[in-house]
Amino acid sequence: MTDKELQVFLEGTVNYFHEVSGTPAAMGVPYIKETQDEVSLDLTGAIGISGNKKGVIYITCPSLMVKELVGIILGDGNPDSGSLCDMTGEIANTIAGNARQVFGANFMISVPIIIEGKPIHLKVAAPTFVIPITWRSHKSFLVVGIES
Amino acid sequence: MKLLIVDDSSIMRRAIQKYLDENRIEVVGTAGNGLEAIEVFKKTDPDLVTMDITMPEMDGLTCLQELLKIKPGTKIMVITALTDNATGLRALKLGARNFLGKPFTPEKLNEAFLKLIEGPKR
Repeated sequence: MTDKELQVFLEGTVNYFHEVSGTPAAMGVPYIKETQDEVSLDLTGAIGISGNKKGVIYITCPSLMVKELVGIILGDGNPDSGSLCDMTGEIANTIAGNARQVFGANFMISVPIIIEGKPIHLKVAAPTFVIPITWRSHKSFLVVGIES
Repeated sequence: MKLLIVDDSSIMRRAIQKYLDENRIEVVGTAGNGLEAIEVFKKTDPDLVTMDITMPEMDGLTCLQELLKIKPGTKIMVITALTDNATGLRALKLGARNFLGKPFTPEKLNEAFLKLIEGPKR
């Protein structure tokens, strides 16, 4: 994956948080994930990629961050676990789907897969890039593994 | 006017309902996939539909075509994260009246609904 392609996901993530909350996310310096690294927080939303690119994109977030987002969108300060999972999937879906503006209509995305509260070992194409995200003091990670 | 909201995300279904400030619109049903949408559509006979594309069971573009076979005059607005031009064009060619990308603000949603109800300005 080229730097320009990686930039698509950086910009998509900044735009997502800005549009939804009025506060853009701050993106950290991306790094390449080593095989043994575990990049996993409370809630993870993963999207499979097929078509002209193959791989996986996932975002992994603390539940407090997702709770705050649901609060902003719905005004619901005490969302249930199902709503938090749903929200996490929707973040991943939107960031991956928006990337079609650059990758084109043959960049096919799956419905979101949600993983709650356990370490994840998704088979992701190497090299896998980890992009640290900070939004309103919450730290999360976008992980992008797409074959060149 | 009666509205059916179709999206596999319950957050998005509730957000559309919450953001809607058009008092001419009454939400008569929601559905989480295309197959469910067809069933709810037959029961509620809506005038307007918001339609996600990436959904399990039946995707939104297939569902859109099925709904228009049942009631050709239905005004369908595709609301999707797939914001590339080709997808937008395809949705319009298949009969969607409007196309809105995710994420959206309440202002963008209501502007899109106005356009859906009133049609393009000449």
